[in-house]
Amino acid sequence: MEVYLDNSSTTRPYKEVVDAMADAMYNNFGNPSSLHRKGIEAEKLIKSARIAVAEAIKADPEEIFFTSGGTEADNLALRGAAAANRGRHIISTQVEHPAVLNTLESLKNSGFVIEYAPVNKNSEVDIEIFKRLVRSDTILVSAMLVNNETGAIQPVTEMCRILKSVNPNALFHIDAVQAFGKIPFTVSSTGADMISFSSHKIHGPKGVGALYVKKGTRISPILFGGGQQRNLRPGTENVQGIYGFGLASKIANENLSEKMTRVRNLRNRLCDGILREISDVSVNTPLNSAPHILNVSFRGTRSEVLLHSLENDGIYISSGSACSSHKKGPSYVMTAIGLDPQLIDGTLRFSLSEFNTESEIDYTLEKLKGAVASLRKLMKYK
Amino acid sequence: MKTDLFLLKYGELALKGLNKPAFEKKLLNTIKRRLAKLGNFSVRCSQSTIYVEPLCEIDTEEVLSVLSKIFGIANICPVVKCEKDLDEIEKTAVELIREYRTTQKTFKVESKREDKSFPLNSPQLSREMGGRILKNINDLKVDVHTPEIMVNIEIRDKAYVYTRKIQGAGGMPLGSNGKAAILLSGGIDSPVAGWMICKRGVCLEAVHFHSHPYTSDRARDKVLDLARIMAKYCGRINVHVVPFTEIQLAIIEKCPENYLTVIMRRLMMRIAEKIAVANNAQALITGESIGQVASQTMESLVCTDSAVNIPVFRPCIGMDKEEIVTISKKIGAFETSIQPFEDCCTIFVPKHPKTKPTLAEIEEAELLLGDIEAMLDDAIARDEVVVCE
Repeated sequence: MEVYLDNSSTTRPYKEVVDAMADAMYNNFGNPSSLHRKGIEAEKLIKSARIAVAEAIKADPEEIFFTSGGTEADNLALRGAAAANRGRHIISTQVEHPAVLNTLESLKNSGFVIEYAPVNKNSEVDIEIFKRLVRSDTILVSAMLVNNETGAIQPVTEMCRILKSVNPNALFHIDAVQAFGKIPFTVSSTGADMISFSSHKIHGPKGVGALYVKKGTRISPILFGGGQQRNLRPGTENVQGIYGFGLASKIANENLSEKMTRVRNLRNRLCDGILREISDVSVNTPLNSAPHILNVSFRGTRSEVLLHSLENDGIYISSGSACSSHKKGPSYVMTAIGLDPQLIDGTLRFSLSEFNTESEIDYTLEKLKGAVASLRKLMKYK
Repeated sequence: MKTDLFLLKYGELALKGLNKPAFEKKLLNTIKRRLAKLGNFSVRCSQSTIYVEPLCEIDTEEVLSVLSKIFGIANICPVVKCEKDLDEIEKTAVELIREYRTTQKTFKVESKREDKSFPLNSPQLSREMGGRILKNINDLKVDVHTPEIMVNIEIRDKAYVYTRKIQGAGGMPLGSNGKAAILLSGGIDSPVAGWMICKRGVCLEAVHFHSHPYTSDRARDKVLDLARIMAKYCGRINVHVVPFTEIQLAIIEKCPENYLTVIMRRLMMRIAEKIAVANNAQALITGESIGQVASQTMESLVCTDSAVNIPVFRPCIGMDKEEIVTISKKIGAFETSIQPFEDCCTIFVPKHPKTKPTLAEIEEAELLLGDIEAMLDDAIARDEVVVCE
């Protein structure tokens, strides 16, 4: 049995998306900027995608800019806003994705002052401390809606309201890469000025993402070129990718609450099973979380060993976050929530999708139980 | 400028006596084999110099990159040939200097006249060309003691002109000193150790221990990548990927925790020894360096050393990590070595490894494993041999 439980790393694309993209790649090969029919046909595909993404968050299609992925969307939002606005003070949180953290670190090197709001043990931003960080000269706040490691939902709406009450001109950016297609939200429900999206987390192709930029927001481009996408993100558009992203976004957001209730039930089934069958575990995913992520630490184990032994049974999961497995060392998110360092070593992230089934979850539970037990025996735990 | 010929000088091979022709033959064969994928070349040797003449269009830098990785060659000079005419020689020399000069300010001309019918003798030719070069390039000065650019002119069938001398890999020709088996872990040290021994003319067989499923297939692929990098110098390497999980689990289950690493390493050595003997390799090579980690203290080394009967070469033994890293970078292995995948040595490390084990203690602990020979033979029977070149 093959069980894919690493959907926060990436997802399997919808079959219909792949088919439509393959057809578009071969038949609609025109450059959307061309004046002839081939160009117009390609432009239509992009337009349909722009509408699909905009509709999902109740934005105007004019406010959607396609990028090469979530990382570029975050870079455009942060660097673009920092360049276009007067002031140096930026706030973010300790648990952001490296695409945000490292962009902010590079801004710090060019003279910006960055402050990071701490999180509590539920990996949620502490609103009281955040309130104290906000200043009248704060120009930008960046926060994720759903944490990629624990699934925690951040109080972005409240953070945005606090920011605007202190400085109405400041910009609020949301990294919604893990939230889009998983929990319902709209531009007005969050109040954000900019929102980042990624296609491959919602069963679309890799190499595509988008940034929502509210009309009237002051933001400079970070790439320069031939004027496409109203000069904010020039470069010949990745037509098939964008088209695929649009389709995936439409499918993922259809019957969202129904699908996600199912996913949440599966996730809870896994979580309850772990708590029932395996001793000495710590569930790091809080109650207020996205439906698809479950982060658990197994005391007396090592996540990489568990990962490979589950892989042997056809089960694919992640140790911490896939992006942070490029480097060694404990996960900074786990450190930020104050997890016991001995527990961090044995932390696994299960991330589900609408394709998972009950029998897959039961199979995983059975194999996980065995893997934890035999590893603990080897590591002479108790 | 188009290179017409590469002049290769050998290092200590030139000092050899009666064995020299055999060594030369090995070296020429290696050169021919390595260059074959770049096109057609004529390779011959005469009086301790190897002449590599391209018979097709070539990229000089590409050829240099291949030649500079062949052990047994001390240095390489890319030569441009021209007519034996003073104006022609001047033109060629000036053009060569202009093409490769960066910040050098001084030069010297050195001439050799093999064709004695050439009207100027060597010192005369050097003086004449020195003057002509000075006229052409006015910010260059002559320095006969420590010149930054050495302009070489040799009068033979044609005039040979060269200004560059590229350092070769040195050492002895591959295959001139038998074969040894290297224990390749995927870290920084073992590829360096293999490279150093291979430099002395030793062919390599490699052994890697894989703990599937506890280590990722990426760790295995990384080792194969490292073997491929080494193969650019060391020639084809057979990598024996030995499944080690069962042995490792048995040790963990049956032996005291603080002896795990030393026992594991002793069994690795014994497997490597068996593979070495079966493949006509006469020694083992490891990347160990005294005191680097708990399993490389003097006491631990004594314990691992006495696990086998054939010699164990440890060329990194007296080197600091930094020195090893320098070589690793030089041979192009460093970036691959530092990819962070768990390997079989890092995965089950005891919390408090014994740093001063005695052989008696270890041998007693090993008795708990039962029939060790059978375990080792079983692992070897299931090994997978990957040819890396």
